[in-house]
Amino acid sequence: MSPQLAVRDLHVWFDLPHGGELHAVQGVSFDLEGGDRMGLVGESGCGKTTVILALMGLLPPSASVAGSVLLDGEDILAGGEDSVRPHRWVDTAMVFQGAMNALNPVKTVGAQIVEPMELHGFASGEEAERRAGELLEMVGIDAEAAARYPHEFSGGMRQRAAIAMALACEPRILFADEPTTALDVMVQAQILELLVGLTRELGLTLFLVTHDLPVVAQVCERAAVMYAGEIVESGPLDELFHEPRHPYTRLLFAATPDLYGEEQVLSIPGVPPRLDMDIVGCPFRERCDSAFDRCVAERPVLQDVGADHRAACHLNERTVPV
Amino acid sequence: MSDDASLLEVRELVVTYPIRRGIVGTIRRRPKRFVHAVDGISLTVRKGEMLALVGESGCGKTTTAQAVLGMVEPVSGSIRFDGQEITALDSRAMRPIRRRMQLVYQDPYESLDPRFRVRKTVEEPMVIHRLGGSKRERERLMFDALRRAELSPPELFVDRYPHELSGGQRQRAAIAASLVLDPELLVADEPVSMLDVSVRAGVLSLIDGLRRHADVGVLMITHDLSTAAHFADRIAVMYLGRIVEEGPAREVVRDPQHPYTKALLSVVPKRDPRDRTTPQILKGETPNPIDVPPGCRFHPRCPVAEDRCRTTDPELRPIVGSSDHCAACVLVAAPSP
Amino acid sequence: MSVALREPGLAEVPKRTPRGWLWQLIRERPSAAVGAALLGIFVLIALLAPWLEPYGVREQVGPVFAPPSPQHWLGLDDGGVDMVSLLIEGTRVSLTVGFAAALVATVIGGSIGILAGYFGGPTDMALMRFTDYFLVIPDVPLMIVVAAIWGPSLFHIIVVIGILLWTGTARIVRAQVKSIRERAYVKRARSLGAGHTRLIARHVLPQVAPLLIANVVLTIAVAIFDETALAFLGLGDPTNVSWGTIIEHAFLRTAVSRGAWWAIVPPGICVALVIMACYLLGQAIEDALNPRLKVSYLSVKGFRLRPLVGRGPSAL
Repeated sequence: MSPQLAVRDLHVWFDLPHGGELHAVQGVSFDLEGGDRMGLVGESGCGKTTVILALMGLLPPSASVAGSVLLDGEDILAGGEDSVRPHRWVDTAMVFQGAMNALNPVKTVGAQIVEPMELHGFASGEEAERRAGELLEMVGIDAEAAARYPHEFSGGMRQRAAIAMALACEPRILFADEPTTALDVMVQAQILELLVGLTRELGLTLFLVTHDLPVVAQVCERAAVMYAGEIVESGPLDELFHEPRHPYTRLLFAATPDLYGEEQVLSIPGVPPRLDMDIVGCPFRERCDSAFDRCVAERPVLQDVGADHRAACHLNERTVPV
Repeated sequence: MSDDASLLEVRELVVTYPIRRGIVGTIRRRPKRFVHAVDGISLTVRKGEMLALVGESGCGKTTTAQAVLGMVEPVSGSIRFDGQEITALDSRAMRPIRRRMQLVYQDPYESLDPRFRVRKTVEEPMVIHRLGGSKRERERLMFDALRRAELSPPELFVDRYPHELSGGQRQRAAIAASLVLDPELLVADEPVSMLDVSVRAGVLSLIDGLRRHADVGVLMITHDLSTAAHFADRIAVMYLGRIVEEGPAREVVRDPQHPYTKALLSVVPKRDPRDRTTPQILKGETPNPIDVPPGCRFHPRCPVAEDRCRTTDPELRPIVGSSDHCAACVLVAAPSP
Repeated sequence: MSVALREPGLAEVPKRTPRGWLWQLIRERPSAAVGAALLGIFVLIALLAPWLEPYGVREQVGPVFAPPSPQHWLGLDDGGVDMVSLLIEGTRVSLTVGFAAALVATVIGGSIGILAGYFGGPTDMALMRFTDYFLVIPDVPLMIVVAAIWGPSLFHIIVVIGILLWTGTARIVRAQVKSIRERAYVKRARSLGAGHTRLIARHVLPQVAPLLIANVVLTIAVAIFDETALAFLGLGDPTNVSWGTIIEHAFLRTAVSRGAWWAIVPPGICVALVIMACYLLGQAIEDALNPRLKVSYLSVKGFRLRPLVGRGPSAL
């Protein structure tokens, strides 16, 4: 069965103002099945936001893209903007980072939900307004609130409104970029519960991008860990936590404090490598606690290490466990 | 009540901000409204102890920190630092106190002057307080502070500008600038929330090390319960301007008494995917501190509220079985008198 | 509690010191370079005026309004004086007045702006009221009145122009200072116990400096224009030769009807060039200070495609 979304060898380069390029995404590949909840985890600068912008075709002119993105078998990037546009918002939609602060302050919330419907020819006029009310109810806001303005909403409600906007044209895949990062933990729980509920009710596929590992652990079934522009490990969350096959995954979990955990919370020394220069060897080797001679010269490739579990680490080819 | 080891003692602190009524409001004699940011809290930080002040936005934790540092004026209540009352001090009298309590800011990108090299940032406190007789002496103290902040070797960092450092390094530089005065109390306002996960533990352990080895008292403001549980000795949970629960960190986290604490802990995501306790998600959001609900301020959202909760404003009292652990809830059994 | 950590390895960022930003700006932006160069040329001329003038500015070397000739490239004015010499002398006077007046305006406006923005509250309100009073005074009538009462002299003109121009600077500086004051590092220094003097001198002023510089440059342009206008209206200092007085004399002595364009147009061109130079440089500085309008990734689409040739094997 072919996946709903298949990303193959995605690369993104950004032109730098003083010449040269930033290789922000370095060969990312993954599959999304319909109804999946998948997470993309990484720290700042790893390229995770760039990945979903590339999938939505929302990269600026300074970006160049290579690779293929197959939506139900059709390569939506092949024709550039022209092949992406028909799918934008209709098949794939996005909740942006800080979306709750990016709502248009001079338009009512209802009007902002109606707007994408009319732009994409999905619905218009009364029909669109009725649908907007339904969407608001679906995300837990009274339909009457459609006539209000964003500043009258609390932070959590605005984030819900942003989700409603994303769902305006009934997309099948929802990309969420740090949807709860700026929210209190209780509101975060509400939003996450909403997102999980939507995937169940609507059969929506959720792709959650965040730096917050516990959020992904609670909401998603599978995840990919990104570092320096590439995926270093991917698989079921359960295996990522209990049997990590890449030192970064292991260390990242170890650096995340747990409420009841007793173990030491670790820190990872060093800084990520620069992406405007070619990387030789493993990009993580300078910060890795298990690097050896092969890691210096040879860049590891993402390989199967279990059912649906992949990792890019030379250690997996030794008999000694990571 | 107050023992010799207590560094900071806050009693019944109240901080309110008036809301401007504007001309129309004044003419129409609309009633004055206030933001009850902090509505009567008491806490103690002892030497060598870390107290985490936890809560969601609007609960008053940041305002409390500002009051402790003398940056906002309380309406009433007392703040004693090392036995001395500091609420009524003017800025000149506060100066020597300010030397002894330092603030660690949340934003490592904003807390350093972009035009100052690290050297100048770390030296500045010494210059302001006229420490270190000679330039060489000051340089020695500066290098020492950088080493203690784990920016080693210091020579590598002194001549850098902030934009040449990573987030974690900037935060350490800011901490070094605080350390150079040998403070006795550190107030850390979300010290790592803007840093990458992989560098957080380093900065937190640095602060933790200070409390252990230098007997520095730390008041840490955070919304992250997991961090508080791991690094703090004691946790105080705030809601709408009041402390609703307080006690040793492990106890508060493993045996929460107040319904709000219980709910809050249940919704914190756990990193182990197998750990799927049902979260107790409260309805709605925290009301704003202008219109505080009558009776127990938590009762509108409390899952176990009773009738009497609408009229009774509970006090923070010790719970059964522990002298150290207090909760402000009428449903929590109190020790028999 | 946790693994004690060092953080070796600094983020390797190209060295970009906050000082020398002006140099960098001039190197990067052609408009700034052009403006700076042009201004520089005029300043040089002004400084070297006594040695550059081919003839004296008061000596008659030919008939009135003689046309341009090989000895006198721009002809002679209404008094038979060499135009080129006049222009050079005028550069000195006009630029002096312009720079001096701009300096006065910036010092007054900058101080008021900093004090108002830094202290806020009643100080701010009082100072801004004061600024408002000056804002509403009409320029030209005031200049006429001052000239009439005090008498025209270079000093008075500088003072008058300076008094009229400081208000704009004050407002801009105040706005900037207000925002700087709220920055974390300023609050931090305050909580450390730094006094107001130290905070203003060490933290606020350096941040405001680029804005002040842009403002000075733009104010110079306005000051020179104002001086030219004043002189043209006959309110200038008759004992000094400025571009404005050159034009004024020419007009009064009917250069237009005589068709003596060389007596009017060159000084006008000089004024225009200097003003343009100031604007180019000043605007470039201001632009560099404003956060660059980021082309939002939401508003512009049009990424480019690259063929994937010979990249590493796909993992799947």
